[in-house]
Amino acid sequence: MSISIKLKRGFDIRLQGNAEKILAGDVHPPLFAVKPVDFPGLTPKLDVRPGDPVKAGTPLFHDKARPEIRFVSPVSGTVLTVNRGEKRKILEVIVQKEREEYIDFGKSDISRLSREEIIEKLLISGLWPAIRQRPYNVVADPHIEPKSVFVSGFDSAPLAPDYNFIAENSPVNYFRTGMAALARMTKGNVNLILNGNDTSGRIPDDIPGVEVSYFSGPHPSGNVGVHIHHLDPVNKGETVWYANLQDVFSIGRLFAEGIYKPEKIIALTGSEVKEPRYYRILTGGSVAPVVDGNIKQGNLRFISGNVLTGTRISHDGFLGFYDSQITVIPEGNYHEFFGWALPGFNKFSFSRTFLSSLFPRKTYKLDTNIHGGERAFVMTGQYEKVFPMDIYPLQLLKAIIAEDIDMMENLGIYEVAEEDFALCEFICPSKIEIQSVIRNGLDLMRKEMS
Amino acid sequence: MDFLRKKLDKLKPHFTEGGKFSRLQSVFEGFETFMFVPDKVTFKGSHVRDPIDMKRIMTVVIIALIPALLFGCYNTGLQHFRSVGVDPGLLQAFWFGLIRLLPLIIVSYGVGLGIEFAAAQIRGHEINEGYLVTGLLIPLIMPIDIPLWMLALAVAFSVILGKEVFGGTGMNILNPALLARAFLFFSYPGWMTGDNVWTEGMVTGENIIDGYSGATPLAICAAGDMGNLPSFMEMFIGTIPGSVGETSTIAILLGAVILLITGVGSWKIMLGVIGGGAAMGLLFNVISGNPYMDVPFYYHFVMGGFAFGAVFMATDPVTASQTEKGKWIYGFMIGLLSVIIRVLNPAYPEGVMLAILLMNVFAPLIDYFVVQSNIKKRLRRAKVALNTGTK
Repeated sequence: MSISIKLKRGFDIRLQGNAEKILAGDVHPPLFAVKPVDFPGLTPKLDVRPGDPVKAGTPLFHDKARPEIRFVSPVSGTVLTVNRGEKRKILEVIVQKEREEYIDFGKSDISRLSREEIIEKLLISGLWPAIRQRPYNVVADPHIEPKSVFVSGFDSAPLAPDYNFIAENSPVNYFRTGMAALARMTKGNVNLILNGNDTSGRIPDDIPGVEVSYFSGPHPSGNVGVHIHHLDPVNKGETVWYANLQDVFSIGRLFAEGIYKPEKIIALTGSEVKEPRYYRILTGGSVAPVVDGNIKQGNLRFISGNVLTGTRISHDGFLGFYDSQITVIPEGNYHEFFGWALPGFNKFSFSRTFLSSLFPRKTYKLDTNIHGGERAFVMTGQYEKVFPMDIYPLQLLKAIIAEDIDMMENLGIYEVAEEDFALCEFICPSKIEIQSVIRNGLDLMRKEMS
Repeated sequence: MDFLRKKLDKLKPHFTEGGKFSRLQSVFEGFETFMFVPDKVTFKGSHVRDPIDMKRIMTVVIIALIPALLFGCYNTGLQHFRSVGVDPGLLQAFWFGLIRLLPLIIVSYGVGLGIEFAAAQIRGHEINEGYLVTGLLIPLIMPIDIPLWMLALAVAFSVILGKEVFGGTGMNILNPALLARAFLFFSYPGWMTGDNVWTEGMVTGENIIDGYSGATPLAICAAGDMGNLPSFMEMFIGTIPGSVGETSTIAILLGAVILLITGVGSWKIMLGVIGGGAAMGLLFNVISGNPYMDVPFYYHFVMGGFAFGAVFMATDPVTASQTEKGKWIYGFMIGLLSVIIRVLNPAYPEGVMLAILLMNVFAPLIDYFVVQSNIKKRLRRAKVALNTGTK
């Protein structure tokens, strides 16, 4: 008996530049990067130096605190550079692809492997980071057993790719194998969440041992955190694991072919893209071959991911580990004369203080301007409207800012991640960096509990 | 606008750290961001942001105040001319009132913004927009003849001790505008109560005709003089003596519509106040102990500052309850207490101001209990999970 949940609270940011359902082709970038910054809470320790030869599956760095968690090269070639930021923080390890070659991790039948053997294989092959956990929204701890596992089968973020279209163009058998592998991770439920508004059925819903539920409503109805909250909320001391849909395909491929090949179909989206389409690419690939020749002129912001939670990259930057989307929007570094006072027919807002709210179907071209200065919390009752969980967002934020550990715990910090607060950040009239506050809270909590 | 932009860019270095006028940096920034939305782009987190900001929100509230402000001008003139036995034209009354009201507005903004600018500079913050609304609210809840120095003193008191010592806009516990009024109410009651203060020129008492009392409906009710109470319609329209902006319920309702359509004001609080007032008014109607208790409950909505308080004061998000459930309780209690104070307390004819200030103090407590119930729910859930897990 599948559960169907319809969410009311939330908000869809109506952006221009939705990707047409056309797979424009396979992209083979020359450069790839694995970025430690994609994995919050990670302290990376390098395993390679520039000039080292690597194969697809060779570890580039590992987690200092949990050395068994390795982050591997997606392709075979040579380590080109290690880019560092402030305090020599490792930003990206860049690999030049030179040949088509894979480390053979061995084909195996999941039903013959023990749970430990499956985990071992995921760890060795570098696919483990695809599995994350609540609390803390970090790479899962392989030494504990989660009470349940979640895979979100749709993305409700602005301009997000259509997972049904992706599934249609991906090897579905790998998905079945991947889900079967995840099903071995827990004695509890393995949940696959599908889009209640689009039941065109490209994602298999008949996998043995997998519980299918349907969610619908405005963003963040596709966020895995929302699904977990409504189906199997994380209490203190409990852990839930989750993986992205496309990574489940990669997990399946690992067991079926014995190789690490994190192939993805990504959507190139945004108002500044001439022809928004889908492309097939390996995780970590340089986005330059995808965007070159297909973007408009101007001062642009390239984002790996969506406009709410994505990472800012340069036009020759790299696709993030967890991202299935590239968004290109205009930068907003201009002064606007009395911008706050204008009627605002062309200003897209969650509030009804702009006349644009008279046109509920129009799509908009949004830029990166903050539209105001940072202030103290003044308005109340706003965040709740875009936060479909039984959690008090404002009170939780204040507890984090005050570093009140007990209060954070009581108010449900174990259940949330940065992305769940992205819409709060978007609508915040006080322009508070809410996602950063949440991340700080999660890091603080994790440190406190370890 | 390029000319203006270039001019500002040229001046800017003088107002930054190390410049000639670095002490005025906050003031400069205040004006700059007032004229131009800053060119700052997102760095962390969400790449796109809603165009709404504090300035927009405050602007909406100011727009919502305009009907009450305009009517206040008209009524100030109207009451004055009535008191001297003249039947004025619409424009004549309006013009008279406008001229009388402007000094109050100028003093309120001048003193308040001056302190805000200084506080922002001392803290190294950007200037907060909160006072843009407070600065207009204060003149609207004053008697028209309040001496300007008293007004300045009240503004300084409320901004410094009511707001800045707590950390500025967003950190205050009490509604600053009401605090200014309460300050005067208790410090200079002679200028804030009685029948003479509500009509321009009546304090000096020259040329006042015999038939004009200047008493507000609340004072009439408190005196038990029900025969002289204006009709419901008259009080609804607002051609009665009272604080500048509070008399016209219909003008305030127009403002309420603006606040509700834009979502800037909380409908839960407004409805809560009305519900609380109605409940208490009805209860008094049932008890029927004295003539005031017999006043139909809905009269309370159009008398004194009830409507103004419900729409513009109780809904201040900073000092109100911050949880949605709490807002119902907070609003209801304000309505309830307002009517209790009005009817049962002979010392204060008006109860709305005190009811709101009292509930400002209790708002965090209401929120505490609302949040606590969420916490308990979460703990119970964890306990259930633990028990089923061990089975």
